[in-house]
Amino acid sequence: MSVANTSIGTSHLTGIVPATGDSVARSLPDKTLLEWLRMMVLIREFEVRTMQAYQDRKIGGFCHVYIGQEAVAVGCTASVEHPDPIVTAYRDHGHALARGMDPKYCMAEMFGRIGGCAKGKGGSMHMFDRDNNLFGGHGIVGAQTPLGAGLAFGTKYIDEVINEGTSQRVTLCFLGDGALNQGALHEAMNLAGLMKLPVIFIVENNGYSMGTSINRGTTMADEITAKAKAYGMLSAQIDGMDILNVYDGMKAVVDQVRSTPCPAFVDMRTYRFKGHSMSDPRKYRPREEEQSYETDDPIAKLRDYLFSQKLFDEDRFKAMSKEIRGEVRASIKWAEASPPPDVMEELYKDVYVEEWGPYNGTSEPEMLTDGDQRKEEG
Amino acid sequence: MTRVIEYRDALNEAMCEEMRRDQRVMLLGEEVAEYDGAYKVSRGMLKEFGEKRIIDTPISESGFSGMAIGATMVGLRPIVEFMSWSFSLVAADPILNNAPKMLYMSGGQFGCPIVFRGNDGAGGQLGSTHSWCVEGLYSNVPGMKMAIPAFPEDAKGLLKTAIRDDDPVFFLESERLLSFKDEVPEEEYTIPFGQALVRRPGSDCTVVSFGRPVHFCLEAAETLAKEGISCEVIDGRTIRPLDIDTIVRSVKKTNYLVVVDQSWSFGSPGSEIASQVHQHCFDDLDNAVVRVHSADVPTPYAVELEQAYLPNAHRICEAVRSVTYNA
Repeated sequence: MSVANTSIGTSHLTGIVPATGDSVARSLPDKTLLEWLRMMVLIREFEVRTMQAYQDRKIGGFCHVYIGQEAVAVGCTASVEHPDPIVTAYRDHGHALARGMDPKYCMAEMFGRIGGCAKGKGGSMHMFDRDNNLFGGHGIVGAQTPLGAGLAFGTKYIDEVINEGTSQRVTLCFLGDGALNQGALHEAMNLAGLMKLPVIFIVENNGYSMGTSINRGTTMADEITAKAKAYGMLSAQIDGMDILNVYDGMKAVVDQVRSTPCPAFVDMRTYRFKGHSMSDPRKYRPREEEQSYETDDPIAKLRDYLFSQKLFDEDRFKAMSKEIRGEVRASIKWAEASPPPDVMEELYKDVYVEEWGPYNGTSEPEMLTDGDQRKEEG
Repeated sequence: MTRVIEYRDALNEAMCEEMRRDQRVMLLGEEVAEYDGAYKVSRGMLKEFGEKRIIDTPISESGFSGMAIGATMVGLRPIVEFMSWSFSLVAADPILNNAPKMLYMSGGQFGCPIVFRGNDGAGGQLGSTHSWCVEGLYSNVPGMKMAIPAFPEDAKGLLKTAIRDDDPVFFLESERLLSFKDEVPEEEYTIPFGQALVRRPGSDCTVVSFGRPVHFCLEAAETLAKEGISCEVIDGRTIRPLDIDTIVRSVKKTNYLVVVDQSWSFGSPGSEIASQVHQHCFDDLDNAVVRVHSADVPTPYAVELEQAYLPNAHRICEAVRSVTYNA
């Protein structure tokens, strides 16, 4: 494998060879870039309304919003194919929407309603969507990283052993920088490196694990890709605040992981504009820092690029934003109208596939059986 | 037709047969492939199935357990071998937080058909960290099933059922039983979960156990028979599901119950059985249920201490005499 320290934009890809030196994202059809913008605005609006709903006590438990990091989920998802598995941690609403989950199922899940993607049994931190190959939403820091290795192991095994062909799929496994210090991640990276699993560990490096800055909790904080090197992995550092850059960097990584197959590690530099969770007063970071990142807004960046290229204008942006506000409002209405799970029916359901004792088997959520909505997406 | 084989070979046959009939099944764990199994349970499997299906892992229980769980989500049915269940504690998060809860937390979208199996229990002077009886610790968690065979025939039949089961199964073997030989059918068979077996019929006292201590119960019953006390020995075989009906039916006949459980007494399968029996047939009991557990201390190393610590035939005899007012 040739080693190149090539950079595209502000990406640094170690051992990864980009397809061309030019931006792939900028040469994509206008429609695709507009779809990305729309999805990022949708996630932003969804999260703003999520915060309101949380404050109105319509959402319980822990809730972590994705505001500021939208370019990461949208750009990374765009860089893979729909059958490629995605797994993430608890800041997961953005990934669910980017993967194609209808906002109403995501909102209803947080409202604890039967219409939720997990019938109201998982909540904010546990978004699952089988049809869209989203394998959670996992609440324990780092727990999703062995699962991510396993998804890659599974697809590779199916392609190579059962179908007697070559490995086709790439798994995206998202984690926060806080997970860098969990043993599970290091075990998963070692296994992925040993077994040449086609999984990309994407560290959404927003600089803080809850209230602890990365420098206070992590060694080699300025160069976390060094950790990947120890596990024989390709690595990249990508500016996650610019979706064109995210796509370009990720596309190169994905292509190489898919064709080799092998694992990779991405230090995706991003920033969460809000707190760790809804109860976070953010006293651990200076307001000046927050303000400097807010001027680096990923949505504004793509919007302004599209304006500058005359692919979009202020009026159309306003119209799109208005339409999205309506869509998110509708998702809230839908969630509110969805009833809570029936206790008799649901409390003991989905514990075991098999029916025995008090356990009454399992059933799929409405999201998977709602044919019309799925057909549109398909 | 039957033949006499070792408990370890019964396990081996179960895995090989299931791997032949279902390509989604594979085995991974420490030393399962090139070493031919730390305890030779997977002997010959690398040769038959190759390195893509019999996979040596590094010593990373958390990593490879979680990886296997992830693989179930795209349709595989892995068997994960723990050299000892004592080593599963470092994998507590994946095996307790992911496997048994995945179906529920995903609202029915993702089940977790996986088998975790390996040696459980003390008995070889291994000291406390290597002598875990995880029945008590893990059976607390809804969403998992737990099988704990005492005989080769059950080891094979229950393991085949475990591999075919759509829910996660914790399969507890015993290093002390691996070389134990007994009759195993030649022909294809499985043994359903949740069906206890009356190993020895009797009329004076019911003795319930599961796993290795079943053998101590049978030994005790032999001794007690000479004293004129007839014990009905029940082998639970699975802890989740628990076949409480068979136990209750026996207690209604004998009116006395001794529960023998090698885990610690506090919050254990033994205490659960006692509680359920009190609920189901309180009026049939002529004495309180007596429980025989491992002593409530860390497992000691010295032979004398370890023997006194574990349930054994002597302690079971004392318990039966006591509960039947023959002490």
